[in-house]
This record gives sequence, structure tokens and C-alpha cells, in this order.
Amino acid sequence: MNALMNWIEQRIPMMRVANMHAIQYPAPKNMNFWYVFGFLATIVLVNQIVTGIWLTMSFEPSAERAFASVEYIMREVDYGYIIRYMHSTGASAFFIVVYMHMFRGMMYGSYQKPRELLWVFGMLIYLALMAEAFMGYVLPWGQMSYWGAQVIVSLFGAIPVIGPDLVIWIQGDYVISGATLNRFFALHVIALPLVIVILVFLHIIALHEVGSNNPDGVNIKHKKGSLPEDQKTSYKIHEYYTDKYDIVDDVVPFFPHIVLKDLVAFSVFLFGFCYVMFFMPEMGGYFLERPNFEIANPYKTPEHIFPVWYFTPFYAILKAVPDKLFGVLTMFAAIAVLFALPWVDRGKVRSWRYRCGLHKVNLLVFAVVFIFLGYLGGTPQENWKIVASQIATIMYFGFFVLLWIYSGKEKTKPVPERITL
Amino acid sequence: MKKWLAILLLVPTFAFAAGSKYPLDKAEINLNDQASLQRGAQTFMNYCLGCHQMQYQRYQRTFEDIGVPLDIGAQYLQFTGEKVSDYITTPMPQESAATWFGAPPPDLTLVNRVRGADWIYTYLRTFYVDESRPFGVNNLTFENVGMPHVLQGLQGTTRKATEMRMIDGEQKEVNIGLRSDGDGKLTPEEYDQTILDLVNFLAYTGEPARLQAEKIGKGVLIFILIFFVFAYLLKKDYWKDVKK
Repeated sequence: MNALMNWIEQRIPMMRVANMHAIQYPAPKNMNFWYVFGFLATIVLVNQIVTGIWLTMSFEPSAERAFASVEYIMREVDYGYIIRYMHSTGASAFFIVVYMHMFRGMMYGSYQKPRELLWVFGMLIYLALMAEAFMGYVLPWGQMSYWGAQVIVSLFGAIPVIGPDLVIWIQGDYVISGATLNRFFALHVIALPLVIVILVFLHIIALHEVGSNNPDGVNIKHKKGSLPEDQKTSYKIHEYYTDKYDIVDDVVPFFPHIVLKDLVAFSVFLFGFCYVMFFMPEMGGYFLERPNFEIANPYKTPEHIFPVWYFTPFYAILKAVPDKLFGVLTMFAAIAVLFALPWVDRGKVRSWRYRCGLHKVNLLVFAVVFIFLGYLGGTPQENWKIVASQIATIMYFGFFVLLWIYSGKEKTKPVPERITL
Repeated sequence: MKKWLAILLLVPTFAFAAGSKYPLDKAEINLNDQASLQRGAQTFMNYCLGCHQMQYQRYQRTFEDIGVPLDIGAQYLQFTGEKVSDYITTPMPQESAATWFGAPPPDLTLVNRVRGADWIYTYLRTFYVDESRPFGVNNLTFENVGMPHVLQGLQGTTRKATEMRMIDGEQKEVNIGLRSDGDGKLTPEEYDQTILDLVNFLAYTGEPARLQAEKIGKGVLIFILIFFVFAYLLKKDYWKDVKK
């Protein structure tokens, strides 16, 4: 066995990579509850890919057959309904864990130097995920699939000069049709998953280069030779890290410590996931919307058109602006500004534990505003909601403006030398 | 920190708005009640299938799931000359139907997942006489619906009942619900039960795997709970040496 392992290792660095990136990767010992969502996102990604493969075995991407083939999967494919619900529940679960993951990064300053690119790769994943989710939602060809696609694609029509031609180019037809469904299928099952997997790979490589942040925002890697022997970790850490740095005695190896921690979190997550999947797959109309159980009908507009819950904050921002083009620009700006976060925040202290009180308030208000925008975008339009969504939109961007202002000369608390548990 | 987490998790408890403004009655459906499902299937095949189809559901699967032997089902519940392995489709040409009713009668396989059991239960009990409509009936739940009251023979002729009441010092005609002329084959209680059975059947066809899913789901959740205990103990054991 050992001889075989050696034979392989001399030809491909299997164990070296496994040791470097998983088994002997140094992780701060104080990583808390908020640090499990990256792992969970990876699990959900695998779930989406595996169940997606099985769904494509029976799904037929044509306007005539898409809806019927989904019902075929639900009724006649053995355990097809489980595969389908795993995929549909997984889509919403993906956004839940990704939003938690992003908020974690904001709380503990995980986007700050030297993790700017790590954050940007994460944002690119988020962007690709939104495109992936949108196109996947069109595939079952229900009423919301069709009319949701109509609304989203028409946004591109707001672009001056090329807008109308661009819409036709995206649709592959003069209206949303079977041609649109077909190309969305191609993008949903091949192009975007490939992009996402590559981006996730880059995200992890970038993470392992700069190292994991932690709730204290304290460095665990110190300059080579700067630490006395008794302050260095006694765990076996890969030479890739110890050759360049002194690793402080506040880390644990990724395996088994972090893996086991993640496994506990995973079983809690899985319990909730399976509960929804087996007992309430529609999640009260959030994960699977009622109108989508009716086949797409171009002659019958649903009473209310909403995107799925994970898009509703941005939909509210779009609706808050009276002008269509300006609304579209504002909506895209709301996403673009997140990319710029590492540079908007001029602070030197990472974790909100040691930052000024205003920062804590600002971040929490931002979270509440985001959820409130989600509510506004996901419920029928009423008069008070127009003003409310305008105020909420201003507050959304206000978070970044405020952050830029106070982070320049921020009164911070002293950051501890070592991690506190 | 935990406090904030709790807030984040609790905030999104708002509900989606329902389409109908008419107050809905609660339909107490029970997918385990096979007798009810069988009566519902009978009502569906006799009264609904003339116009509406169930094109995603097969007879055979239906009979098996609701406990009807295939030969009995084929004899008493199949009227359209199809094989027991066929989908439940209507003989009525859908294109002509669109001309007759203004729109083709919707497929009913998934109607429960679109409208909800309460809506269908209320809708089928709120037809009333309205001579201004093409079929002479209107509906309180679905105004100006293009469907005739197919079950009138069972329910009887129902009219809007009104009453004169003093409101703000004026005599006004107030709607007090529907009243049957009593010319139906069923008593109001029997009619409600018939509709409930039908809704139950529609709830079944909307998601035939519901009962199976819940059965498997219970096993899965118990497994995860046991898995959690072991994962937690293992984690605790490995972490006990980590210095505080």
C-alpha cells in the first residue's frame, strides 16, 4: 500500500496537496458559528451539481415538454421528487448560507488587507450564482418562470441604443420562448456551473494563500523568526506555511478539528434542510411559488410578479427608482458597491469587536435594511412602500458612505496580541 | 452575538398575499383517509373530467395510491375508453372548449398547489344564480368565472340572500351569504362533505408523493439526530486538548 502511495506521489502530488490544503492547513482555534457557512456552501454546491445531473436525465428543455417533464420527474421517476426537492430547496439554501457567509465577512473584516481579492472572488461567485439561479428558475416553465424571465430580461432593454437588440440577442427570439428556455438550459447546466466551480477553486486558493481570518481579526501568521519557540503551535502544520511564517500557538489543523466542527454544523443544517425538503418543500410559497405550478402562459399575466426571495432586496431597489434606466443602474450599483467594500472601508482594525460603536450600529442597520428591502420587493406594491423602499435604498448606499467617512479616522479599541477564546 | 442571530432568523416571517378577497373556509383535508380520496375520485371522474383533464397523472398510479383495485377502478372510475396505464385526459377537444368557455378549462392535476385547498373548497361552494352571466351563474370566490355550476344538481339552486338592515339611519340591502332553494340531491352537510372529498383528492393528485415523502422524511430526520449526537461527541473529544 505504502509502495503504491509512493509510486503515485512521485507522479502527482496527491498527499502533498491534501496535506497542504486540508489536513495540515492552519485554522484559528476561535472560529465560531459564523465560520461554518463556507463549508456549507461547498456542500450545497455539490448537492446542486449531483442532483442537477440526475434531473437532466429526465428533464426536457423545450417549451412544449419542460413543465410536463418536471411533473414526470415528480410522479414517475423513482424518488424523482426527492431529487427535485433537493435541488429546489438547495437553491434557496445556497443563498441562505451565502448571505450568512458574506455577513460574517463584514462583521469580522475578512475583506480587509490582505484579503481583498478573496472578497472579490467571493463576489464574483455571488454574481455567477445569481445568474445561475435566475436561469434555473426559468427551466420548469411555470407562470413565474416565464414572467420573471420577462421582467429580468427586459431590464437589459433599458440600456440606451443597444438595449432592444440586446434583449432579442439574449432571448434568441422576439419574445421569451422555447429558444430562450433552450439557451438558459445550456448556460444553467454547463457554462455557469463551470464558472462557479472555477471561481470557488480560486476563492479557496486565495484563502489559503492569505490564511483564514477569525472573530478577533488577529493574525495567526507572524514573520519568520519573530516568535519564541514556546509560542509556536505544537500541531503538525504543513511546511508550505511554516517555511514562510511562524505560526502562533492559536491554531488547530483543519483536519480533524475544523472538519469535525463543520460536521456538527453540517448535521444541524442537514436537519433543517431535510425538514423543509420532506415536509414543506414550498416553504410557504418562498422556495416554490404557487403560480409556478401552472404552466407558462404568455396570454395570462399573474396578478403579482415577484422574483424569488433571494432577489427581492435588489428588486425593491429597482422599483424604488421611478426611471427605468436609472433604476437598473441603481440596482447594479447596489451589487457593484459590494465589490468595492475592501477599498470603501479604510479601517485598520478588522473585527467589529474592536471597532467603534458607530460601525456596529451601521452594520446592523445595513443588515436590517437589506432584509426590509427583501420584504418590500417580495410583497404587492402599496403606496407607503414606494417611499419606504426609497428611504431603504438610500440607507443601503448610506452604509457605504458612512463607512468610508468614519473608517478614515476611527477610534478603535485595543486589539489583543493573541486570540481570545 | 446569539441575540443578533435570533433577530436575523426571526425577521422574515411575513406572508405572501393571497389572490382572493373573499374570506376562505378551512378545508380539513386528510390524505390518509382513503375512503374520502375514493369518493373524491368518483366525484372528479363523474363531474369534472367531462371538461378538465389531469394530464400529468395516470389512472393506475391513482388507483394504487387511493386503494382501488385496478379492475374495479377500470370498471367504475374510467369512462373515457383509455387504458388503465394512460394519463387521465378528457375527451373534450380543448380547442373547441376555448371557444365555448372563453379559455380552455385548466388542467386540474396541480390546481391544489396553485390555488390551495381552502380556495377550491370555498370556490365550489359559492356559486349563485346570476342571470347576467352566460351560464346563469356567478361565483363569490372567483368573480365572473367562465365555468357553469356543474354540481348544481347536488347542491341545488343557490341564490344570494339579502336582508334589509338599518345602516347609518338608512334602510340598505345587505348580503348575508348564499341560500339554497333546497332542490339539490344532497343536504348542505352532505354537499360540503362531497366537496371536501373532492378537494382531498385534488390535494393528493397535486403531489402524489406527499405521504411517501413524509414517511421517508421521518426516518431521515431520526438518522440525522443520531448522527448529530455522534458528530458532537467526536468533536468534543478532539477539541478537549485545545488550549483556552
